[in-house]
Order: sequence, then structure tokens, then C-alpha cells
Amino acid sequence: MEFKPLTGEDKPKIRFLVVDDSVFARKNICKMVEAFGGEIAGEAGDGFAAIAKYNDTHPDIVLMDITMPKMEGIEAVEHIVHDHPEACIVMVSSVGYQDNILSALQKGARHFVQKPVKPEAFYEIIRYVLSETSEGAPTAAAEAKS
Amino acid sequence: MNMELIQPFINSLDAVISETMRCSPRIADVTMEDGSYQRTGIAALVILSGDIEGRIILDMDAAAAGQAASDLSEIAGAPTDETIREIVCELTNMVIGNSVTQLNDRGFKFRVHPPELYLLDVGPRGTLDSETVLLRFELPKGAVYLNIAVHENSRVLVGS
Repeated sequence: MEFKPLTGEDKPKIRFLVVDDSVFARKNICKMVEAFGGEIAGEAGDGFAAIAKYNDTHPDIVLMDITMPKMEGIEAVEHIVHDHPEACIVMVSSVGYQDNILSALQKGARHFVQKPVKPEAFYEIIRYVLSETSEGAPTAAAEAKS
Repeated sequence: MNMELIQPFINSLDAVISETMRCSPRIADVTMEDGSYQRTGIAALVILSGDIEGRIILDMDAAAAGQAASDLSEIAGAPTDETIREIVCELTNMVIGNSVTQLNDRGFKFRVHPPELYLLDVGPRGTLDSETVLLRFELPKGAVYLNIAVHENSRVLVGS
């Protein structure tokens, strides 16, 4: 399936940081991001590495797994959003129960995608999150907090 | 063992394999195990802790693992052993994650630890607390085994 690029030809590509402890999952997500017309700013395999990579690369969007060694994704979201309230983070995890989703949104994540990831749905969620960010509209995270 | 704990794993394996490998796994055998687990092919282990505790091993025989790698990696030619191991770990992550989601929504609260490659040829026995159920699923090419040794710490369920 072909996707319309996330940004127009005259605009810079959207830069993604992909965080997952599985090398295969990262490759798979990176492939989808490139198919959407995005660019990989960096990759990380755990929460600590994600924080460091975020500080180095300042990506437009972070795609964050939850269950990871050393530091889990939700804790990493809390740290990143604390230091960078503008951070745009989408959780991508196979563990999609309500408490987990709410916790991620309360810590500042903007959306949640459950694995196995369907590229069409993933693309629409990324477009939605980008449109919310650019319009300054209330995010799912803000709604979860209230 | 409580079937209520097992059914989500069956549902999730069916859903994840159907979605990622575009085929329907068929349950070919269900047995209670009291001996040590003998690994068949490429296997990954996940530990659960909380209201439900124990471990689950997803084991794919060589034919099934090769097919999964070929379906998921979209790489021309034979996938490397490393790629096959990564793919089995990620499939395990998805199956267990989806099962955990279903069990959590039924009121069980517990933590799932990241999958680890399971390299022992003969693994640990189940215990009195954690009987082991071995499920064998047939795929068009090969078989997948789910070895589940879990027990409930809390019997208070939502809606029960």
C-alpha cells in the first residue's frame, strides 16, 4: 500500500525516534515510517537510551514501546515530557490494557497503538497526532489528565 | 489449571499469527506436562509477576520459525539465524502482550517482563503451584508450541 507523504515536497521530513528493545520491531517500524515519508532521527533499545537519544536528536515524534529492560517506556515518557513538555510521543506496544494506556497518557503520551501494528491505522494515528500538535488542539493526554 | 487463564493465550496466538503470517493456526494437541520441557526449535520465554505469576514459553519448530521469518522480514533469500531468533522473540512479545491485555481487562493485575531467548534444551518442571499446559498449534508449515506454567495469586475477579 502507498501512503501520501506526511509532509509536502517543499517541507522537511517529519523526524522519528523509534524506541523498542526488539531489533526486529524497530526495523519493522522504521520501514513503515519511511513508507509514510518520514525520516529516522534515531533508534533506542530501552528507556534510558531513549532519553539520551531524545536529547541528542530532538525528534518530531517518538514511537515508544512499553515493556523494555532497564527502564520501561512509560517511565521514559515521564522523564522526556518533564524536560520537554512539547514532546510528541506515541506508545507502540503489545500490552494494551486500559490502566497501561491511561498511565501512558497521564504521563504525557499523545496516543497508543497496539501491536501487531497495522500500517494503515498507524499512518492515520500519526497524521492525527501531527495535526493536533500543529493546531495546538487539546491532546488525548490532556483529556486523560482532566 | 484454570481454563480462564489459558484461553486468552490461545486467542492471542490465533490473532497474532493470523495477522502477521496470514494463516490460521489449528490447535492439534493439549496436554498437561509434569516433566521437564524439551525445546523443539527456536523458543522465547516471558515471566509474569503479580496476580498471575509464572512463565510462558513460545516455541516454534524449524519449519514454522523459518516461515515466520520469511513472512515477517520481507527479506529476499534465506533469513539469518539472528533474524529468526528476533522474529520469534517479537511474536512471543505480541502473543503474551495481547493475552495480558485480555487478562488485565478481566481484573488480573500483573507485570509482564521482556521476552528472553530460551536456550535450554530441557527446561524446568512445572511446580505444584504452577501446573504446566502444553498446547501444540499446527501451521501450514510446521508447528508452534505454547508451554504455560502460571498460577493465580489473587482470586478476586472483576464481575465474579
